[in-house]
Amino acid sequence: MASSRILIVGAGPAGVRCAETLVRHGLRPTLIDENRRDGGQIYRRQPEGFQRDYRTLYGSEADKAKALHDSFDQLRPELDYYSDTSAWHLSGQRLYAHQQGRPLELDYDHLLLCTGATDRVMPVKGWQLAGTYSLGGAQIALKNQAVSIGHEVVFMGSGPLLYLVASQYLKAGANVAAVLDTSAFSKRLSALPKLLSRAPLTARGSLLLADLLRHGVSLHFGIRPLEVLGSTDSGVSAIRFARADGSVSEICCDALALGYHLRPETQLADLAGCAFQFDELSRQWLLQLDDLGRTSVPQVYAAGDGARIRGADAAERAGELAAIALLQDLNRATPELAARQQQLHSELAVLSRFAQGLSEAFPWPAQHAAQLSDDTIICRCEMISAGELRRTVQAKGALEVNRAKAFSRVGMGRCQGRYCAHVGAEVIAAASGEPLQVVGRQRGQAPVKPLPISLYAVEPTDPAPQESMQQPAPEVLS
Amino acid sequence: MSLMATTRTSPIHHREADVIIVGGGFMGAASAFFLRQRGLSVILLERDMIGQYASGVNFGNVRRQGRYLCQLDLANRSRALWSRLPELIDDDLEFLPSGHMRVCYQQAQIAELEAYAAAPEARELELQVLSGKALRERFPYLGADVVGGSYAPHDGHANPRLAAPAFARAARRAGADVLEGVEVSQVEKTGSGFRVQTEGQGEFRSAQLLITAGAWGDRLSAQFGEPVPLVPRGPQMSVTEPLPYRLKTVIGVYTQLEEEVVYFRQIPRGNIIIGGCHRATPDMVSRRVSFEPQAMVLQMQQMRRVIPQLGNINIIRSWSGIESYLPDSLPVMGPSSQVEGLYYAFGFCGAGFQLGPGVGEVMAELLSTGQTSTHIDSFHIRRFAAAEQRERVAV
Repeated sequence: MASSRILIVGAGPAGVRCAETLVRHGLRPTLIDENRRDGGQIYRRQPEGFQRDYRTLYGSEADKAKALHDSFDQLRPELDYYSDTSAWHLSGQRLYAHQQGRPLELDYDHLLLCTGATDRVMPVKGWQLAGTYSLGGAQIALKNQAVSIGHEVVFMGSGPLLYLVASQYLKAGANVAAVLDTSAFSKRLSALPKLLSRAPLTARGSLLLADLLRHGVSLHFGIRPLEVLGSTDSGVSAIRFARADGSVSEICCDALALGYHLRPETQLADLAGCAFQFDELSRQWLLQLDDLGRTSVPQVYAAGDGARIRGADAAERAGELAAIALLQDLNRATPELAARQQQLHSELAVLSRFAQGLSEAFPWPAQHAAQLSDDTIICRCEMISAGELRRTVQAKGALEVNRAKAFSRVGMGRCQGRYCAHVGAEVIAAASGEPLQVVGRQRGQAPVKPLPISLYAVEPTDPAPQESMQQPAPEVLS
Repeated sequence: MSLMATTRTSPIHHREADVIIVGGGFMGAASAFFLRQRGLSVILLERDMIGQYASGVNFGNVRRQGRYLCQLDLANRSRALWSRLPELIDDDLEFLPSGHMRVCYQQAQIAELEAYAAAPEARELELQVLSGKALRERFPYLGADVVGGSYAPHDGHANPRLAAPAFARAARRAGADVLEGVEVSQVEKTGSGFRVQTEGQGEFRSAQLLITAGAWGDRLSAQFGEPVPLVPRGPQMSVTEPLPYRLKTVIGVYTQLEEEVVYFRQIPRGNIIIGGCHRATPDMVSRRVSFEPQAMVLQMQQMRRVIPQLGNINIIRSWSGIESYLPDSLPVMGPSSQVEGLYYAFGFCGAGFQLGPGVGEVMAELLSTGQTSTHIDSFHIRRFAAAEQRERVAV
């Protein structure tokens, strides 16, 4: 089985640690990644030629970022690495991808999905106006391009990323008009026992908060977003929201970064036929996994935020565990691996407890989906409003996500439901009185992301693995 | 999560009716609607959701040209019903009589298109065969490989996702019992009619029985001693991002090579829906079928052959479904040759969408009067019994 073909998708913390473990055991995996450079989203590497130092780019996480990048650089000769490569489908143990406009087909025996996460967003009336970005998009603009999304930026939503990105903007010299958090501060206190499982990190979170306050940033907890004000011509001009006491406020700005923690990217796992399970706490569908990261499909594994939203430290460990699972499946288990597995599991237990604390401290405000005004656009690709979806549920009896999609088009557009399907499901659940898990999960359909029709104008070639020189554009929510 | 787990069983109000329809695709839903118009009581039993398989996932062609000439009488009747939408069912199926262009790559095929256009059966279609300068002037965007085409001014397209559910809702409003999540396990003739046994939902009875179960139709016909050589296939469909609305005519390629058979339509909101070139084999246990990567590759290549300028656009989604095919590419439609009161309408070979309303009206006519004015004899199930007989004799 030495010739077993191993394909890892994603060169973030999970993918790199997974590759490293396999290489250390004498295997030569193929690693593909959508980005031009390794590091994933959190440790996104700046383009060659950019000179910002690690401390500036990654703050308190600089050492971890550097360690991961160094590991990758050492691994690089031991891998078949394809950067700037997007997978769009898989079938019969062959992955279909494209790199710089050329088709690329990769056969595998074992598939490790380290596909990461994207922003979980909740619509707000007017969010289709220019100047509304996801938190992740706002962070990419800063990290990769060193640009701010606006002159006066409001950060709205919930989750640790809200404060992190706001403070990164502050450091970069941008004006942070306000941080509007839908979670009540009291939630943080009740989650504290779990959050203290990583006390230094929790302390750093508090420092971020103190830092924002010291700079005079307006902070509000327990808010409900009401509307993004502005016009089609000039974009965002202000945010209107209800404070915890019910009073309504407006804050002027020219850009909004919106996000509610993360949602896993699972399209490839879905296309591979992997089973999902409903997670009550996060109200999300997650991959069914064993404790090493094996999916329900033999020889398909998942690790990192694409599997469980637990952050980068957990992703590194989960990546290594998935590699251990694969080594076991290749009959290459050793006593050292077994010991390492135990150690990783005990470390992950702490990280999981902390992640659970975060979910409790910054809960997904499901009730806001039920309260969205009928004229709020839910699906920005197809411009379908909450009211239209509710009418589909009531008049056409569409009580299931895929059914409601077929009738209403919510989730049918360019993003393929990545930014709207979870909200659509909440609206359907609220309108029909059914529990969210009964409403179901939107099935993934190829292509994973929009696919240029010109791709196969030429016959598929078999290019040598290579890193591309193309500059990626930041992923913007519009 | 499987589809089956999310289909809830509808509340059951009646267990007896004049007619039980098994299968809630377009044919079953339309039949239920027209049977109610004729005053018969109807129970429609659908295992999953209405219009979920072939009916909801097909290309959406409301196309008559290119069909076997023996099918045009039925297609014409159906086309007249499409013209009565949305008033007929008080629901919009997004039907657009946009015109349909059937193009070819070989000079010799132009004569075939002309012969088809000249056939008496095709008169109502008012086909115009174009080539040379006339073709280029009318369709300047067609690529150099295209040498001719047949233009059908009254053909068009509609939204298949909406069609069967809309007919089912109209049938329900007219008094039909449309039950989802009820799986039929056994059907049998009793002294006075039919007994239909379900999986866990009890028994239903009727005087007449109509099988409109698509790719599962053969399993039921076999229970009455009338097996047919049905093969399930998964059509391959994809759709582009929205583009300016320019391709108002539906275009399909006329060729003998399956991989060249691409067809596409643009909807007013801008997306271009593409189908053809390949069919997948469904998993009949999980009732799932994939859009296969090679279909995407072929569709991309063939699309650009028909319209070379379509360079810089993106495919955003793909899908498949479960259709039923028969060896002679004709459906099974009409009365049983074995059992009185039993009727069939299934196996439409990937070409049933345009026929849906017509099949519903003809079946309702047949069940309520015992006859129909529309020519459907070529679709009779007895043709397979005869084939089987011949085979037995040969052995």
